[in-house]
Amino acid sequence: MYSFDYHKPTVLDQALDLFKGADDPIFLAGGMTLIPTMKQRLAAPTDVIDLSGLDVLKGIALSEAGLSIGALTTHNEVATHPLIKLHLPVLAQLAATIGDNQVRNRGTIGGSIANSDPAADYPAALIGLGGSVVTQSRSIAGDDFFLDLFETALHPCELITRIEFPLPNRAAYAKFRNQASGYAVVGALVADFQGKIRVGITGAGPCACRAIGIENELMKNLSVDVLDHVEVPDAGFNSDIHASAEYRAHLVKVLTKRALTQLLSQKNAS
Amino acid sequence: MKIEIDVNNTVHEMVIEPNTLLVTVLRENLHLTGAHVGCDTSQCGACTVHLDGRAVKSCAVLAVQVADAKVVTIEGIGEVDNLHPMQTAFREHHALQCGFCTPGMIMQAIDLVTHEDNLDRDKIRQGLEGNLCRCTGYHNIVSAIESAVDKT
Repeated sequence: MYSFDYHKPTVLDQALDLFKGADDPIFLAGGMTLIPTMKQRLAAPTDVIDLSGLDVLKGIALSEAGLSIGALTTHNEVATHPLIKLHLPVLAQLAATIGDNQVRNRGTIGGSIANSDPAADYPAALIGLGGSVVTQSRSIAGDDFFLDLFETALHPCELITRIEFPLPNRAAYAKFRNQASGYAVVGALVADFQGKIRVGITGAGPCACRAIGIENELMKNLSVDVLDHVEVPDAGFNSDIHASAEYRAHLVKVLTKRALTQLLSQKNAS
Repeated sequence: MKIEIDVNNTVHEMVIEPNTLLVTVLRENLHLTGAHVGCDTSQCGACTVHLDGRAVKSCAVLAVQVADAKVVTIEGIGEVDNLHPMQTAFREHHALQCGFCTPGMIMQAIDLVTHEDNLDRDKIRQGLEGNLCRCTGYHNIVSAIESAVDKT
């Protein structure tokens, strides 16, 4: 790892000022991506700004609009928090599949979403559930958040403070998990909001996306058989040692089918 | 920079570079060599220690990040003449051969039985996803942890 200056601000404004005043700064949340990246010298910031002292980024709250989750909430906290298990169990189940236990004790939802790894799980939830990313200056709809490979709609000094999710009637997540890393080769989150179906896909392309074609078919006929006749083109899908683009297109269908099967077996909380 | 870190209930003051990993400070500054650097890429878990009561991979944490936290290593959970129940279980079930993965396995095992209910062999195996062993094939490790579920 190259050298850097380390800062641990105690209030949000201090964190933002430090960022603006530095040459090539980066925010540090759980560090489960940043530190390994810096160890491999793939990132060499001049200043590392540790967010872990900022209590305003922590905590989980329930309101009429849904659940609001602090950016620094760890994956294990999301997986086990009573409010999430009760009101948005699909998110708790999704978080429990991330990496491994030690990684889940440090990695955070804000860090994961800001990083936007093409194989990360939360992005499928943000899109599948129609959630929003709240920063210090605005709220960004999940649909508008993921732009390209590791590229999000965040401005350079913009910090995620909370992630907000509306509560669906039913939702399920199915993932083809890389055996070694736990990352999603492909992951599909299907949600039912009073008959409006949303499908969020991760792992297939450079960033998470919505499967609008599948959504439209499912809204005509909410049945697993629909997926046997749906075409998923593999243009733009990732091809690597784990799976070809063609196989990923196939997995999109298979996993959407599995998620939908799980969803249909749930009691409709309308 | 100067930091104070609490390791195994002892506070140590030291001057280190920010780019120093926690595992390096534990092994080289504090001579607590139970935590091992197996892969250095956050996969193998041989570096697992407890940070504020939760298992973490110390090769993926900067020492400066733990300044206000409590770190516990394998040296801090038991003594040769007063083993932690999990250490006893590993011994009784022959859950180690070369021993390289063992400190990390035990620290993760303690986290697992402390924080999860209804552990069966499958759930234990899932809980060990962050810890690799090249010697044992995991079977005896799982048996050791299964036997220690109510004793830890």
